[in-house]
Amino acid sequence: MPSALINVPPKAKRGDVIEIKTLMSHIMETGYRHTASGEVVPRDIITSFACRYNGTEIFRADLYPAIAANPFISFFTTATESGKFEFEWIGDKGFSETASASITVE
Amino acid sequence: MADTDHTRRTFLGLAGGAAVLGTVPVVIVRPVEATPAMLQTAIRNVVGEANVRTGKVKLDIPPLVENGNTVPMTVSVASPMTADDHVKSIHVFNEKNPQPNIGNFHLGPHAGRAQISTRIRLADSQKVVVIARLSDDTFWSATVDIVVTLAACTEEVI
Repeated sequence: MPSALINVPPKAKRGDVIEIKTLMSHIMETGYRHTASGEVVPRDIITSFACRYNGTEIFRADLYPAIAANPFISFFTTATESGKFEFEWIGDKGFSETASASITVE
Repeated sequence: MADTDHTRRTFLGLAGGAAVLGTVPVVIVRPVEATPAMLQTAIRNVVGEANVRTGKVKLDIPPLVENGNTVPMTVSVASPMTADDHVKSIHVFNEKNPQPNIGNFHLGPHAGRAQISTRIRLADSQKVVVIARLSDDTFWSATVDIVVTLAACTEEVI
């Protein structure tokens, strides 16, 4: 069952630089591991992550198998107005998850 | 001095590798490893013919890693992050994982601070290279040598 953890400060002053931390539960199977019988375990990773702030994309990442399981990504943004952050993870085998967080800017 | 340092790290890397092999009786067949040539190709795919200079970029990552399956790292770039002078993207590469790419992170002037953190996998003791693309399309890099005692990617699935 996929689940996301998002950490966005609930309040900020206008112009503050805030940190956004995200974690999505995912196995991030590299496609380079073998079972005991020698079969390759097929790749199953998140390939793309994006964050939108009131509809505008502010951060995007392309992920490769070298990103650890349960991808943790943190980045910064400037708090300009109250609103909503929307997060989206897209991956192999049709994986697609979204999450959102609200912020009040004073 | 640089040579001495390198030799010591190489020795530590080998010693660490030998210690791991010593305790694991099963022969592990390693997957194909990225070579320094693949690393260069991956970097060229991003920077093209542009010159990559050292500096401005800081890569925080432990120099000695016990478990290569999850290695925390933080990249920060010295940049005022204004509309005229900001970091467009940060690219992370490695030397000896099966693939040379680790991740590409796209940001803009809105970020306020050019810093990202994530957790990565390292299949072997190796170099990690970070390249930042600035708004004037110059490229800046930082490289860190890392010793990994327990490698990622090689264990069998039970």
